[in-house]
Amino acid sequence: MYNFELVKPTTLQDAVAALKDDDAQALGGGQTLLPTMKARLAMSDKFVALSGVAEIRGICTDDDGRICIGGGTTHADVAKGATDYPALASTAARIGDPAVRNRGTIGGSLANNDPSACYPAAALASNATICTPDREIAADAYFQGMFETALEEGEIITEVKFPVPQKAAYEKFIQPASRFPLVAVFVAKFSDGVRVAVTGASSDGVFRWSEAEAALSDNFSAEAILGLSAPSSDGMISDLHGDATYRAHLVKVMTARAVKAAI
Amino acid sequence: MTKVTMTVNGKTRTAEAEGRTLLAEWLREGVRLTGTHIGCDTSQCGACVVHVNGEAVKACSVLAQEIDGAEVTTVEGMANADGSLGVIQQAFQDYHGLQCGFCTPGMVMSTAALLKDNPQPTEAEVRHYLEGNICRCTGYHNIVKAVMAASGQQVAPVAAE
Repeated sequence: MYNFELVKPTTLQDAVAALKDDDAQALGGGQTLLPTMKARLAMSDKFVALSGVAEIRGICTDDDGRICIGGGTTHADVAKGATDYPALASTAARIGDPAVRNRGTIGGSLANNDPSACYPAAALASNATICTPDREIAADAYFQGMFETALEEGEIITEVKFPVPQKAAYEKFIQPASRFPLVAVFVAKFSDGVRVAVTGASSDGVFRWSEAEAALSDNFSAEAILGLSAPSSDGMISDLHGDATYRAHLVKVMTARAVKAAI
Repeated sequence: MTKVTMTVNGKTRTAEAEGRTLLAEWLREGVRLTGTHIGCDTSQCGACVVHVNGEAVKACSVLAQEIDGAEVTTVEGMANADGSLGVIQQAFQDYHGLQCGFCTPGMVMSTAALLKDNPQPTEAEVRHYLEGNICRCTGYHNIVKAVMAASGQQVAPVAAE
């Protein structure tokens, strides 16, 4: 990888100031960014490591009952600490492998918005709010396509607030070499309706399957999904692991499994 | 270049690092502890797993400067004080948990992390935990037996009946 200057702020204020430099880029846990830099697919003259900023780590519950997770919290800490939202803890516990989970962060995953990442599905299905130093962004407005988000240049995720559904589950069909989902579905049942978010399938990144949401809001059962047609394969990812039609089929299968698994 | 100091296997070690220097490179080239192996360099194989402040990480995916001051344990720190093999290392030898041995440092370090959290894992838990450690000799059955033995549990005999 090309060389760079590493800046290590210990406060959010210093991190934000360091990122005002046009040449600076944020570094979360580095579990995606460092391999990308090694492949010379990403580079910058300066990286600002967020791992030393204690105030953006940790898990708490706010007055509205939402689980609030600091952007710098690792997957391992969410897996252990998000006990009030078991489906979210389980999602975190299944990202990558144990060593990756000890470094990778929720803020890094959501900022990168890989079209096959796990957290975007959890955040979108949960109707989470993504917080930065200056504003709060609803998940529906945050995810804007493959590797595209509502974040501005240099803007970092300080916290993610998850409303806790009545029932939820994340089911993933794993691609065993990368351990990313080939297709994965997060289903969340709230008192006012069901949200279904799909990752790994679309070349536009994570998306909500509205037909499934309508069917499940009416009748929360796997049978309600099996009565639907699979979503259109237009715009689905096609690669050597599975073509667009197969991925569209998997969306339906994994949604039904998630409904069955929802607790 | 910046001087980076860490406590490696209980000893204070200082070596220079560029911004881009990975922990694996710093250990191997800076401190000359070559037990930590670099297999894939793409964060997938787990041969470079070490413990940083008590947690297993892939040393090829952590910047040395970022963890200046950390406590690091590598496979060189797994032997007993008198130089004899530690419990996990001895189990890998007893159960032939290695063929070419390239993945072994990472397997041993991941095993140590697993047994710290879960001292009596089931075989399924062992296999699941080691999913980030790849053995290209594919000797997984004996690796799993070694981990079970290291945890003090019964292991089926290695030799075929």
